[in-house]
Amino acid sequence: MTIKWNQVARHFFMIIFSIIMAYPVLWWIGASLKSNSELSSPSLFPSVPQWSNFVDGWNSVPGHSFTDFYLNTFGLEFAVLIVTLISSTLVAFGFGRLDFPLKNFWFSLLMVTLMLPGQVLIIPQYAMFHQLGWVNTYLPFIVPHLLASGAGGTFFVFLLIQFVRGIPKELDESAKMDGCSWFGIYLRIVMPLTKPAIVTVMIFCFLWNWDDFLGHLLYINSVDKYTVGLALRMINDSTTGQQWGQLLAMSLVSILPATLVFMFLQKYFVEGIATTGIKG
Amino acid sequence: MNRSTAVAVKAAAGKKKRRSILSRWDAPIAGYLFILPWLLGFFGLTAYPMFLSLYYSFTDYTLMESINWVGLHNYERIFTADAKFLQSVKITFLYVLASVPLKLAAALFVALLLNKAMRGISAYRTAIYFPSLIGGSIAVSLLWRNIFGVDGIFNEVLSKFGIQGMGWITNPSTALWTLILLTVWQFGSSMVIFLAGLKQIPNDLYEASGVDGANRFVQFYKITLPMLSPTLYFNLIMGVINAFQMFTSAYVITNGGPMNSTYVYAMYLYERAFSRYQLGYSSALAWIMLIMIVIVAAIIAGTSKYWVFYETETGGRKRK
Repeated sequence: MTIKWNQVARHFFMIIFSIIMAYPVLWWIGASLKSNSELSSPSLFPSVPQWSNFVDGWNSVPGHSFTDFYLNTFGLEFAVLIVTLISSTLVAFGFGRLDFPLKNFWFSLLMVTLMLPGQVLIIPQYAMFHQLGWVNTYLPFIVPHLLASGAGGTFFVFLLIQFVRGIPKELDESAKMDGCSWFGIYLRIVMPLTKPAIVTVMIFCFLWNWDDFLGHLLYINSVDKYTVGLALRMINDSTTGQQWGQLLAMSLVSILPATLVFMFLQKYFVEGIATTGIKG
Repeated sequence: MNRSTAVAVKAAAGKKKRRSILSRWDAPIAGYLFILPWLLGFFGLTAYPMFLSLYYSFTDYTLMESINWVGLHNYERIFTADAKFLQSVKITFLYVLASVPLKLAAALFVALLLNKAMRGISAYRTAIYFPSLIGGSIAVSLLWRNIFGVDGIFNEVLSKFGIQGMGWITNPSTALWTLILLTVWQFGSSMVIFLAGLKQIPNDLYEASGVDGANRFVQFYKITLPMLSPTLYFNLIMGVINAFQMFTSAYVITNGGPMNSTYVYAMYLYERAFSRYQLGYSSALAWIMLIMIVIVAAIIAGTSKYWVFYETETGGRKRK
């Protein structure tokens, strides 16, 4: 069903609407190049682009530069992505392919966890990690993902399970007759066929961990371990004359990774969201 | 021997044994090995913490000192002597009740508009989806703070239309609306889901009803909405659950102010737990929020039988 306006009206509305939606970002790009005084002027772009905003902003945290923060964040992301890849595919294969006692019971628990509001777990998890001495390390991020938990972990397992279920079982049969172990079937047959879903999982794992502001806020205390998000907050909180241009410049750079991922992997986004959205 | 060999040996041994108890399942041991990470995670990071948090809520735990049982004292105090609790509940409910319906309505409306092959559709879709990609980040919250400040671009644009702007973020009656607007701006991801759902509605339904004389509005209410209702339902529940836990934008843009007008529950929880380290008290707060969410979700689920239509029930659509 569609709303039947005529073609022109529809396009007109969509163009205006898209510009309004995109306007904050367009303005953002221009503002990051403006000097402080020019910031309140309504022009989208400055008269003289202040590229220095980027340079100064990059070094605006005393004693460190954003290079450190990006290295931290990418390093953390890399570790998290690897362990998520391994654990979530293993678990998804188990649930999606194998039959074992109480499987349905565990699967129902998985589903319940999917909808569980995470807030109730933050405090006890913090207490546990504190007692283990893991505060101010990256372990509170890596270990949960190793156990198919963490930011979005259960969702990734669920998404992969749905996908694995759709892979024909006949492929397993022939492999089993050749004496292939379950692990071999997992590694050589099912996983290669699950690649599209795996890419989707990797994308969202990357994005959700990049934006796990509360997690970073709680567990990362020393500046040399700061992620990009925490560094931005630090600049924002500093009261030495708000250098909006620099702050906006650094913020803009921080959304670049997400933007690039989106630009080059667009089809995985739409398919990933659409399939899981509908299967709700 | 490594795990795959062990699994293979076990499997082979199982085949040789006659009718072992486990032969009912095709991979009783391998299955558990594969899901072991999740089992450990579930017990260690979900089930155990939940019980721990419930336990804490009946204590005065502060992470440093020894832990003492105080029974229902925390809960009593929350419900009788805690103004900040009441304020944060009120603000959170306001936020949820405003942002979730608006966001879903926008998503549905634009999805209906775009549900027609038109040139440039992927450009429109990108422009609309992009905010939801970046919107949850601290970066966008900082941008928002700048845009809606007294000297911000929003006021500049308003002045072009002759409207006097104000400090949207510093004014207690408008601050929450800037946060709501930020959430609604990110309706793109919901829109994509609705678009996919719309594409699944078979065209012959509309054609047949058109032949029977149904106009556009009737078609919307009798065909589109029912066929989309499972998707709508899922988005509604997940949207509500997430909205109740909103934290980053309130923390970064307004820090709960001005005058606690954006003091959402997650902020209160954060303050009690991680500024004041009152883990016992804040565990009680966390459980109260959990129960509130469960109640709201249960209410939505309860109403669902009146408006959510699953094709497989009632014998499905009758095919001509």
